[in-house]
Amino acid sequence: MDQFVLNWIFIGASFALYIGIAIWARAGSTSEFYAAGRGVHPVVNGMATGADWMSAASFISMAGLIAFTGYDNSTFLMGWTGGYVLLALMLAPYLRKFGKFTVSEFIGDRFYSPTARMVAVICLIVASTTYVIGQMTGVGVAFGRFLEVDNTTGLLIGACVVFAYAVFGGMKGVTYTQVAQYCVLIVAYTIPAIFISLQLTGNPIPAIGLFGDHAASGEPLLAKLDQIVTELGFAEYTAHHADTLNMVLFTLSLMIGTAGLPHVIMRFFTVPTVSSARWSAGWTLVFIALLYLTAPAVGAMARLNISELMWPNGADSEPVSVEMMETDEKYAWMATWQKTGLLGWEDKNGDGKIAYFNENNAEKVAAMEAAGLGSENELTNFNRDILVLANPEIANLPGWVIALVAAGGLAAALSTAAGLLLAISSAVSHDLLKGQLTPNMSEAGELMSARIAMAVAIAVATYLGLNPPGFAAQTVALAFGLAAASIFPALMMGIFSKRINNKGAVAGMLVGLIVTLVYIFLHKGWFFIPGTNSFDDSDPLLLSIKSTSFGAVGALLNFATAYFVSNATEEPPQEIQDLVESVRVPRGAGAAAADH
Amino acid sequence: MSDKPESNAYWSANIRIVTWCLVIWAVVSFGFGILLRPLISGIKVGGSDLGFWFAQQGSILVFLAIIFFYAWRMNKLDAEHGVDEQ
Repeated sequence: MDQFVLNWIFIGASFALYIGIAIWARAGSTSEFYAAGRGVHPVVNGMATGADWMSAASFISMAGLIAFTGYDNSTFLMGWTGGYVLLALMLAPYLRKFGKFTVSEFIGDRFYSPTARMVAVICLIVASTTYVIGQMTGVGVAFGRFLEVDNTTGLLIGACVVFAYAVFGGMKGVTYTQVAQYCVLIVAYTIPAIFISLQLTGNPIPAIGLFGDHAASGEPLLAKLDQIVTELGFAEYTAHHADTLNMVLFTLSLMIGTAGLPHVIMRFFTVPTVSSARWSAGWTLVFIALLYLTAPAVGAMARLNISELMWPNGADSEPVSVEMMETDEKYAWMATWQKTGLLGWEDKNGDGKIAYFNENNAEKVAAMEAAGLGSENELTNFNRDILVLANPEIANLPGWVIALVAAGGLAAALSTAAGLLLAISSAVSHDLLKGQLTPNMSEAGELMSARIAMAVAIAVATYLGLNPPGFAAQTVALAFGLAAASIFPALMMGIFSKRINNKGAVAGMLVGLIVTLVYIFLHKGWFFIPGTNSFDDSDPLLLSIKSTSFGAVGALLNFATAYFVSNATEEPPQEIQDLVESVRVPRGAGAAAADH
Repeated sequence: MSDKPESNAYWSANIRIVTWCLVIWAVVSFGFGILLRPLISGIKVGGSDLGFWFAQQGSILVFLAIIFFYAWRMNKLDAEHGVDEQ
């Protein structure tokens, strides 16, 4: 059967499943819209949170970034899992005990200040919108490929689908749909990885195969990979090349950001008890780890496969010929991806061969010239975001595996986009409008404004997604930096310190958010508009700290500001200190109540 | 809520557990995975070294262990101090 048709059968069937579930579990009241009536088991909640969490960045983008950089991008793996430790130990149980619907409600109550709540809402909207931009980048890549159209058209179609999908139901529809999406995405991610691991190492578990022996050569897989990439003039895969300070700060930003992202924290409001909030964080990480332990294997094995595909007789021999790329079935995937504009090659020196090597490595360039293969790399464009989607084709796997990965990639992007849009819409309608501006709004009015907020958020994200500030995972990393600098410190101090008062929290959040946002805009362009940046991440403003790593610095500024301002002003009132005491012990956690 | 001294003892026990868990969290990721990698590079793991394994696999496995340990330990602590949910 034609691959195009097969893709659409798999994508269509998975969508029919999600929509069916969404209709079956449609949200009836506002309480169900936001928090699914709190009747969700920790394992189910963990699975849904996993789907919510693992977005286009994890599924589509991350392995590609690891593949082309190697060890240095392990930061994504540690950062995006390590945050769950912070969440489980420092936030989830306490926020569940507090028992309200949204993150900003906690901040508003704990810091007894509508201003604090407003500032939290703004922080949340800024971080979530940036996050949605990253998702739209991934959606564009996936739809572009599977509709066989260019990236921009794919993005616009994707935006319509995401919107229709997110407006359909609230959290309840989303929770059960996300369980289905988790199943689709994890199967889609692991099946090709298992096939490829078997082909290359004979071991069916990719995470073990990664550290096993390469079947064809008998050498360890990683040693073989190091050898081939260095032969092509690239940096050694397993070695540490990146700036250490930057690596540490980047990992820390992702960790703190994970624990500060509203759509993830909201999940822990939907479990029945404090104790199940603790277990739920663990189950979430189990389901996430299944993908994250596989991702580095996917990256390394794909890099090896691509290098061998471009140099079929070894790196010291002849590169692949143009004729072979046009006729051999093994290279058919390259032509289909070329249509999206995300993969490109050109026989620059007209020798009928496509030479892939590091053209920034003078020694390698000299060697290539001496061999008469030209001085320029002829695999001119390989977008990192296509690697996972192209992976089963690169490894020459059967058509149904390719179609399955298509469905999985879309599941990942859609589930997260929907969760984020829900967080944005509840912030606008529940916290901003109902909580502050128009407290007498009816339930129907609240639902309506929630949907309008979703539409606006998706329009902004789509517009910016056309010219994203980076690959999907890099854009998402910026969102984490913003969440790290603004939300997490306020939540943590609100629980672990009784001394932090309203003025300290507001000043801390504002300093953290504004300094981080300005630092990002200085490097990525104001409001992410290309060309308006004054610095570049290759030569950043402050030491070696890239804008993607700045969230950790922003968080530190937030902590310090809140501490000094609070100590210079009056203590919080007694009832707030009692509130903190009560949040710290699980006893008495009832069902949560909304603010009306 | 229980009386003051009891809840203080509960809270400081909790802080102690959280602190130790976070020390391990930092050692396996920032430590073994990044900063201390050169020190343990003599230990080879399938084509690379222990630091590489911690950065790509080990830290995640330890994170899981930490969270489940914490959930189990805290449920026990809740019961010991009589602050568990019924």
